[in-house]
Amino acid sequence: MWRFDFYNTHIDFLRWSKLAMGWSIAVLLIAVGSLLFRGMNLGLDFTGGTVIEVQYPNPADPTQIRATLAKAGFGDAQAQHFGTARDVLIRIPPRAQTNAATLSNDVLHTLQGVEGGANVTLVRAEFVGPQVGQELVEQGGLAALGALLGILVYVMFRFEWRLAIGTVAATVHDVIFTVGWFSLFQIEFDLTVLAAVLAVIGYSVNDTVVVLDRIRENFRKRRKGTAIEIMNLSINETLSRTTMTSFVTLLSVIVMYFFGGTVMRGFSIAMIVGIVVGTYSSIYVASATALYLGISREDLLPRAKETADERP
Amino acid sequence: MSTPYTLNQYPLWKYLLISLVMLWGLIFALPNLFGEDPAVQISGARANIVVDSAFQNRVAALLDAEKLPIKRLELQEGRLLVRFADPETQLKAADILKDQLGRDYIVALNLASAAPGFMRALGLNPMYLGLDLRGGVHFLMQVDMDATIKQIEDSYVDEVRAQLRSEKVLYTSVGRVATGGVQVEFKDAAERDKAAPALRKNLSGLQQSQPGPLSLKLTLGEREIKEKRDFALQQNITTLRNRVNELGVAEPIIQQQGSDRIVVQLPGVQDTARAKEILGATATLEFRLADEENDWNQAATSGHVPLNSRLYKDRNGRPVLLQKRVMLTGDAIVDASSGLDPQNGGATVYVTLDGKGAKRFEDATKDNIGKRMGVVFIENKTETKRVNGDLKKTAFTVEEVINVATIRDRLSRRFQITGLESTREARDLALLLRAGALVSPIEIIEERTVGPSAGKENIAQGFRAAFISFLVIGAFMVLRYKRFGMIANAALAANVVLIIAALSTLQATLSLPGIAGIVLTMGMAVDANVLIYERIREELRNGTTPQAAIHAGFDRAFDTILDSNITTLIAAIMLFGFGSGPIKGFAVTLSIGILTSMFTAVTGSRALVNLIYGGRKLTTLSV
Repeated sequence: MWRFDFYNTHIDFLRWSKLAMGWSIAVLLIAVGSLLFRGMNLGLDFTGGTVIEVQYPNPADPTQIRATLAKAGFGDAQAQHFGTARDVLIRIPPRAQTNAATLSNDVLHTLQGVEGGANVTLVRAEFVGPQVGQELVEQGGLAALGALLGILVYVMFRFEWRLAIGTVAATVHDVIFTVGWFSLFQIEFDLTVLAAVLAVIGYSVNDTVVVLDRIRENFRKRRKGTAIEIMNLSINETLSRTTMTSFVTLLSVIVMYFFGGTVMRGFSIAMIVGIVVGTYSSIYVASATALYLGISREDLLPRAKETADERP
Repeated sequence: MSTPYTLNQYPLWKYLLISLVMLWGLIFALPNLFGEDPAVQISGARANIVVDSAFQNRVAALLDAEKLPIKRLELQEGRLLVRFADPETQLKAADILKDQLGRDYIVALNLASAAPGFMRALGLNPMYLGLDLRGGVHFLMQVDMDATIKQIEDSYVDEVRAQLRSEKVLYTSVGRVATGGVQVEFKDAAERDKAAPALRKNLSGLQQSQPGPLSLKLTLGEREIKEKRDFALQQNITTLRNRVNELGVAEPIIQQQGSDRIVVQLPGVQDTARAKEILGATATLEFRLADEENDWNQAATSGHVPLNSRLYKDRNGRPVLLQKRVMLTGDAIVDASSGLDPQNGGATVYVTLDGKGAKRFEDATKDNIGKRMGVVFIENKTETKRVNGDLKKTAFTVEEVINVATIRDRLSRRFQITGLESTREARDLALLLRAGALVSPIEIIEERTVGPSAGKENIAQGFRAAFISFLVIGAFMVLRYKRFGMIANAALAANVVLIIAALSTLQATLSLPGIAGIVLTMGMAVDANVLIYERIREELRNGTTPQAAIHAGFDRAFDTILDSNITTLIAAIMLFGFGSGPIKGFAVTLSIGILTSMFTAVTGSRALVNLIYGGRKLTTLSV
């Protein structure tokens, strides 16, 4: 029943590499375009402001809540259902006034003060000052860059610079794709999503490394064949494990999406998108980039062996 | 080629090592199975209030009178822990105890680990849950350092003026410069040259420069600025710590973050409005002469207070009569520290005043040598209460005499308060003096509150996700890899145990993203087994014998597993460095999970495979 094996496949992956490249570039352009023109739906962590999640004993009407808040001087407040009809999420954009820290309490008191609000309970309240948000944006960007750089150095040290650049190209591809997805569908991008993006950076390399390992092994083992042939062979040989490993991790993340609660939903979406696109990119982007950079058998042979080979 | 029979056998020590590690994991993960008891924690509000077995009996009697069943009473390190069977009893008991015990004791709600006492005695604790899992409030506060430095420079302006006057130097102006520093303008260069060495001698903390022909600029040196910033931060931390005690929180965290921030975490606190009010209270000090002409106790009992005096109470509730006239206020205090008197070895507090304050204090004390002087600690608080459905904010002050001492000498810039009972008392007094000194403005720049039900729901959802994920992955592995899949599942279970054991040992905070990290590493731990098994299948397809295939599968897949795990670890470390609260929790569990999965998925499952298949003649493999 579970026979979706890819053994003994002979798919000429790299024959489609130009098409894949074109597709990747097109998708990345859309992602970058969306980032530039639509922007990100940045969460409270980055924009600053106040978010209050309250729970009513019975289904509540966000429109009415908005009206109540507007009357109490919170004209800029937004209210929407969150998860269930009884849960309401209220957002208030950052304010310049100094007592912003007490805003969440005032809002809760206002809601509890009107009719039918006596049993409103606070689920969570978050207030982030504008300076903190700005810092998180900077630090988050730095962490992502640091992770990419660290991985580049490691792969370069373990493999070869063309493969390293291929790996990083694949990873950057995955990050832009994932972030672009959040921009295109305007899903809220908060701190946990950023954490997921960094995890995607780490995980995306996993699959790539599996393919690269085999490419190196085959270049050393086989005397015949062009670079393209060996790469195709390697991708085919590892196809089963790249898809299986991604699939297993995907399973756990999908479970998290459905059962992990609303707070972890953004995190799960980022991981799902990242893992799927990461599998694609390790097949196409990483090896194709290395190929375009002109990788050959000699580049992957161990130095000592190379000199020994020259003497008959 | 070696014979395939001996290929897949581990030496005995390897099995022993794996067993030992697993035993360690099981023991350290064990405390997590017992859950938590709702409890009330009682400790003394001050150093002289002891919590002993007599007090334990008193509490037991109090609760018995109300017919509230106690699960267990525990006396530990100067505090009493009362465990209850359910949260309702806990809340009722806390209310009664707060009422009956009064201000001498701090009564706090707590969730105490229900693990048996011997486990805790061995240092075995359950995982430490973050605020998002147990409910509570997190504040990030920022001390306004620019304002602090400005305040200090302002105080130096007076100081410089006083110095110049006493040195009889003619100056035209002294003032703070907007860009920082104090600038003095002189009539002529000769006056400036006279002033420079005098100021250098008496105000050694200031660096001098000459921006113009007739001016002298004094700026705080780097060391000085650092000291002042540290002082401002410590002062605020001290104040916050005192206030948090008042809130009755069982395990508060008040920590410095970076150079100008303070993290305050109050687990279990729900009323954030009250928390903010209490944390945001401001304190001042007043030095007043004691009323030596009237009887303090008589004034207190008769209620007849002399016209020029005010009646106060000290920290033990005894009456103190002080004059109405204020000698000095707290904003003149620059520093206060406790120490030992070099002459008689007694506990003492050293107080440093600013220039203006020193001058005032000198005048006020020189005619009153031999008389007593009291220090009043004044806290300005606000309280929000619901009156007829409307919210009313009321401001009120709490005043308390923290020290009465005899003036022995004319007191000036630096003086000491002696005659204190213990070093502990000296330290408390120094802390209070600092708390009432010129305060650096502090602001809440981040707040995260999680309600108690939301915390419980987060835990439930997190663990449910982890459990279902385990089942789904397990089912998939068995379907695809048969008996080898079961081995992978055993390794996966071992991995989860080791992660929990490691988190319990390190007492690292487990947050909701932390649970996500565990779920993610479950998927990734199995990845290693997938890589190995796919390799074994490939070897089998190429016609290798089963034993050699197992050997080659584990051997050749290892490099790949190592590479892929290290890259994820690099990302996790970056995430940790970036670390803000819950995200740090994710980075921690992800890193731990990667490391333990290397052990369980590679070494652990290899051991099982060797035990089952090693040293046998095999024709087929269930993979």
